[in-house]
Amino acid sequence: MTFSPQLEKKFAKMLTSYPEGKKRSAVVPMLIYAQDEVGSITSELIDEVARRCEVTPLQVDEVVGYYSMLHRKPMGKYHVQVCTNISCLLVGGMELYEHACKKLGIGHKQVAADGQFSLEEVECMGACSWAPAVEINYDFHHHVTPEKLDQLIDGLRKAQ
Amino acid sequence: MAKKLYNDPSPLETRILSARFGLENSESLTTYLAHDGFKAFRKAREMKPEQIIEEVKTSALRGRGGAGFPTGLKWSFVPRSSPKPKYIVINADESEPGTCKDRLLMEYDPHQMIEGILIAGLALDAHKGYLYIRGEYRYLIDHMDRAIAEAYAQGYLGKNILGTGFDFDLYTHSGAGAYECGEETALLDSLEGKRGIPRMKPPFPAVAGAWASPTLLNNVETFSAIPAIIRDGGAAFAALGTPKNGGTRLLCVSGHVNKPGVYEVPLGYPMLNFIEEIAGGIPGGKKLKAVIPGGSSCPILKADECDIPMDYDSLAKIGSMLGSGGMVVMDETTDMVKVALRIMRFYAHESCGWCIPCREGTTWLRKILQRFDDGGGRHEDVALLGELSKNMLGRTFCALGDAAAMPTISIVDKFADDFEKRLARDRQMVAV
Repeated sequence: MTFSPQLEKKFAKMLTSYPEGKKRSAVVPMLIYAQDEVGSITSELIDEVARRCEVTPLQVDEVVGYYSMLHRKPMGKYHVQVCTNISCLLVGGMELYEHACKKLGIGHKQVAADGQFSLEEVECMGACSWAPAVEINYDFHHHVTPEKLDQLIDGLRKAQ
Repeated sequence: MAKKLYNDPSPLETRILSARFGLENSESLTTYLAHDGFKAFRKAREMKPEQIIEEVKTSALRGRGGAGFPTGLKWSFVPRSSPKPKYIVINADESEPGTCKDRLLMEYDPHQMIEGILIAGLALDAHKGYLYIRGEYRYLIDHMDRAIAEAYAQGYLGKNILGTGFDFDLYTHSGAGAYECGEETALLDSLEGKRGIPRMKPPFPAVAGAWASPTLLNNVETFSAIPAIIRDGGAAFAALGTPKNGGTRLLCVSGHVNKPGVYEVPLGYPMLNFIEEIAGGIPGGKKLKAVIPGGSSCPILKADECDIPMDYDSLAKIGSMLGSGGMVVMDETTDMVKVALRIMRFYAHESCGWCIPCREGTTWLRKILQRFDDGGGRHEDVALLGELSKNMLGRTFCALGDAAAMPTISIVDKFADDFEKRLARDRQMVAV
């Protein structure tokens, strides 16, 4: 299994960042960067990461279930993550999440039929002072209102 | 280009760590060098390692991640003469609900933190550092990769830094979504490519940390404070705060205030003044009901407990904590049942499952609170929530169990009325 030249370069550097014989350390970062390119954590990807990090596939597999950002099924092209933790909750985060469910017609960790959008109610993402916050893929959006979320989603739909 | 800050600064701030926030290209090494950058490193390289550590002790800097442990003392625990390599690990897994300051320190002034890490390297004879950044902060991982590349290109990282003969390599390392990995030993397991599960202590990371080698772990803000301490002296930093609570810190205020944001103030700043004057008070002239002083793990304060100076010891005295600096303000309309439930949903989700009191305790607390919120509350639930929480305290490897129990104990204790009101409402519904 090979990745894009850019990612291959990143991985080559990554594997030399840790002390001699400690390639296992690259497991988590390698999984998340590879997931972004492949779309999800497949069994083929697990085998590949295991081979590169010199561990058993099981040692990679057990890690996948632990980290909330790693998923075995593909999310939408745009993964909409709405925070409802305490700081967001106090200023409309829950209403925003409920609005997102209606707008996208899906619920927590579900993917829309066309594969374009997926939704997740997430824990604190570190945007508390600019709440309510939404992260779409890796882009932060602050002070999000239902209207602003509609604009964001409609804008992404149009851009296709 | 001058960057638009996430929130306007306040004239009442004391900006030491955030001094360069808002400057044109504040994230570049050139800007950093033009504004006191690397003066401290040049000074530190002329100092003996013990002198550097002594200066950090004098500064009365305490860990800004949450626990508030004296930084100089932590540095002194790392055996400098160990034949094993020593590592520096920077905790940028900022995940404590209410906290969003490390983002800004990395985004606006990455080289300040890098300089702090290098000074720690000099003090401990460490030559490698790992910057563990939560996966959700991908833009910051890319940002730090660029800052690190810039530092290498100009001789501020790598071999023979500034002709001193001192070598240091710094790497970013991505997390992948796990609050538990902010706990230092779980972070180390994650760094080693495993599930982030806390380790039994001792041995402490200072003696056997990353890859069983002596390791110093500090938070982003802690390292970011080091250049000012070495440059201007530990005593000057200490004098900004209160005794044993040196310096300034970045407070993140959120919730029901007119001007939520991240603001830098000296330790010991009065909480009510902070809420009123810096954070702009409560919208709509509503009354203050409660404050979570430093992230959701901290016992909650009632309005009448908030007339206090914000330093570690003053908060400890009233049974709470200054924590990570994530202050959540709640007005009189806030429903504490919903607050307790949301906090517990978080801890139940984030418990790593290693220790049974935490894994089962958080799950049961969440279920009881959910039932209560859904209208199925029982009178005895209030006592049950308190009792269950108390049974978790001190019975787990790491502090997550305590972090889940403490807010719950304080909420059911201080806001029992909110629970009683719900029960009365439920009874009415049944009667109708």
